[in-house]
Amino acid sequence: MAALSDQLLVVAIMAYLVAMVCHAAEYAFGTRSVVGRAATRELVTAGGVAGGASVPTEAEIVEAGPPRRAALAGRAAVAALVVAALAHLGCVLSRGLADGRVPWGNMYEFVLAVTFVGSAAWLVVLARRPAVRHLGLFIALVEVLLLGLAGMVLYAPITPLQPALNSYWLAIHVTAAVIASGIFLVGFVSAAMYLIRLGYDEGRPGFPFTLGARVPDADSLERLTFRLIAFAFPIWTFAVIAGAIWAESAWGRYWGWDPKETWAFISWVVYAGYLHARATASVKRSTAAWIAVLGWATMLMNLFGVNLFFSGLHSYAGVK
Amino acid sequence: MATVDERPVSTAETPPPTGRVHPLVALLRNSWRQLTSMRTALILLLLLALAAIPGSVLPQRPVNADRVTRYATEHPRLAPLLDRLGAFDVFASPWFAAIYLLLFVSLVGCVVPRLRDHVRALRAAPPAAPRRLDRLPQHAVLSDHDGDVSALAAALRRRRWRVAVRGAAVSAEKGYLKETGNLLFHFALVGVLVGVALGSWYGWHANRLLVAGADTAFCNGLQQYDEYGLGYRVDGSDLPRFCLELTDFRAEYQPSGQAKSFRALATLDADGAPARPVSFSVNHPLRLSGANVYLIAHGYAPVVRYTDRYGQSQETVAPFLTQDDMLTGEGVAAFPDANVDPKTGQRAPRQQVAFEGLYLPTAPASGPFVRSTFPAERSPALNIVAYRGDLGLDAGIPGSVYRLDQHQVETGRLKQVGAKLLRQGQSWRLDDGTTVEFVGTRPWVALSVRHDPGEPIVLGSVVMLLAGLMLSLTGKRRRVWFRVGSSPTAGTSPTAGSSTLTEAGGLPRTDYPAFAEEFTQLIRDVETSGKG
Repeated sequence: MAALSDQLLVVAIMAYLVAMVCHAAEYAFGTRSVVGRAATRELVTAGGVAGGASVPTEAEIVEAGPPRRAALAGRAAVAALVVAALAHLGCVLSRGLADGRVPWGNMYEFVLAVTFVGSAAWLVVLARRPAVRHLGLFIALVEVLLLGLAGMVLYAPITPLQPALNSYWLAIHVTAAVIASGIFLVGFVSAAMYLIRLGYDEGRPGFPFTLGARVPDADSLERLTFRLIAFAFPIWTFAVIAGAIWAESAWGRYWGWDPKETWAFISWVVYAGYLHARATASVKRSTAAWIAVLGWATMLMNLFGVNLFFSGLHSYAGVK
Repeated sequence: MATVDERPVSTAETPPPTGRVHPLVALLRNSWRQLTSMRTALILLLLLALAAIPGSVLPQRPVNADRVTRYATEHPRLAPLLDRLGAFDVFASPWFAAIYLLLFVSLVGCVVPRLRDHVRALRAAPPAAPRRLDRLPQHAVLSDHDGDVSALAAALRRRRWRVAVRGAAVSAEKGYLKETGNLLFHFALVGVLVGVALGSWYGWHANRLLVAGADTAFCNGLQQYDEYGLGYRVDGSDLPRFCLELTDFRAEYQPSGQAKSFRALATLDADGAPARPVSFSVNHPLRLSGANVYLIAHGYAPVVRYTDRYGQSQETVAPFLTQDDMLTGEGVAAFPDANVDPKTGQRAPRQQVAFEGLYLPTAPASGPFVRSTFPAERSPALNIVAYRGDLGLDAGIPGSVYRLDQHQVETGRLKQVGAKLLRQGQSWRLDDGTTVEFVGTRPWVALSVRHDPGEPIVLGSVVMLLAGLMLSLTGKRRRVWFRVGSSPTAGTSPTAGSSTLTEAGGLPRTDYPAFAEEFTQLIRDVETSGKG
């Protein structure tokens, strides 16, 4: 089972890579205006598209008439993403079976789970709003980077849980943290692409802004960011609360400013700041998006910085 | 605050005061408006996040005081400056407190007026229909409707709308829970702060190391603890009375040496009840009334017997502090009262004895014997260095009981007289004919005893906080209006069954993309129920 999990990780990474290449091909072959038209056309109908199906309505994009090769590449990209997500799920599940417990007992497993939630959340978004499909390139990019890092740097062999982790709170607290982090990840991608698109719309030259040519329009990216973060924020809040309840029974206090706790608090405050900025008319939407990017930076800091550079009570990374 | 902006944005929006206002009053009023503005709240939030960063980067005294001391020796120039800034106790520093207190003042200043407005809105009827319903984001004309206003109102009420009928017009509003949740969230935050404050005033905590055995039992009292901290409103006499004796400690390990489980078995003698056996472990503390006992760490305490030059035997149980996951212990077995002539009661000068070194629960097959290879006691060995001389205990300076006073060694008042690896049961004859025997070990546990009366308040508050947050983020405030009769000024009640035109309009008051669907569905339902 453990070997199967490791093999599936490789399959997942390869599939994400394929998805990335296909998305890139679609990017390269598709003309700007066509994608733009497809996006606006679909936005009108997006409200009516029901969730549930994991594959977006490809036909609509093809109808709008982008070059054949681009449409094909786009379809292949989504198919590759679905394959990648399935392999990814298999990787997490087989790891859990091999462990005989919830598979998030160390940093490697945690990153596997977070990236899976990110990928699943992306497929849900894709099913509901096919118009944002072009973000898939960047989702796949982030997935490849994080999974590669997990496999190469963070990999830890299967070991039983430490006594402190041996609690049903592991399933509650860490699952909530995994789900929230995964959704924040997608929120980060859409916030970053919103900022790039905004720069493109303002006619700013240079590398990151040229990427904005083929992503969905700024308003729908901005709304997507808000909805993702507004969805993940209560889950993150719950994760922190569940962690505090667990900390009370394991360490004797519900809050002790351990580095992990401190950074969880920082992320919570920054995302709360995002929600406030988004709700304030006098604060520009781009400022809010920057706060969302900052929020993801604090999440990354908590995941990598705190686990690898600080020692504290949450030192379960298992990275040698 | 999450999605509804009802804070004043800046002072510029408020009308200029009429008549003369004292400049001081104006300044105060403007400052208050600035403080309670959303923009200020946002800046304070980000500032709070920024201010928390040093708390994770620099060692913190309440978390780990030893690391602060180490940092201070490594950075002799920087540390005093940082210390004056409170950087080693960020979360108790005045500047951190200033940020969160300002934030909470801003929060209260914002939500109290909003609570007032919300209560007013809850008691008021939904506002009258605008003159032109067709100017609203949603608009429909009900072609086939009987124009029965009371039936229309009843249909809306069934769908849990708040309804007001004004002549031929029906106003309805829904989604008040959004603002209710929003206010609940913010007041719950205040509740969390109150709970934390009460906990720090009326709570206390204390730590000690407890060695197994009836002779080393302890009773809850400040002098029994190695370290303690009391809240501002707590003194030593407030501590609940109980005594605890560690009877056994059970640990299971993986073949790799990684721990599987720990369990401490003890006898509890609580006030007014007969002694009873209890057990506690990581994640399952011993919960007593007024105090909880947590298992923090564990290790071994070698039992060492020393027979001095007068043939007098003494035994000491010396807890060795755990150094690594394999439970290598480091400590001192000291015999300050050794070599006292039993006839005269006089101690020969500089004849105190101590053994400093390592305890290995599983010693490696061959040297160096500096690190244990397994946490359980498979081949226990004591790797010690013997010292004789003046231990320096009479100076009255408090020192560590786990290390020898290095000053005494450096000045030659305490001399090294040999080193040896002792297996369990072995004894060793020193150069002066005295003997030392490694008798065995006893387990020890490090306990944290705590009481925090603020916990229930914090827990209740965070439950409300989460509920409020979800209501606030999922709620949607929206209004609909219906008007029967083509003339917008129709004041007379239309008779049922007449072929009047019924018009409807809808207004989402928050970001709510699916409102169009809900509105269409509502119109369809009302139309089918009110067919003429």
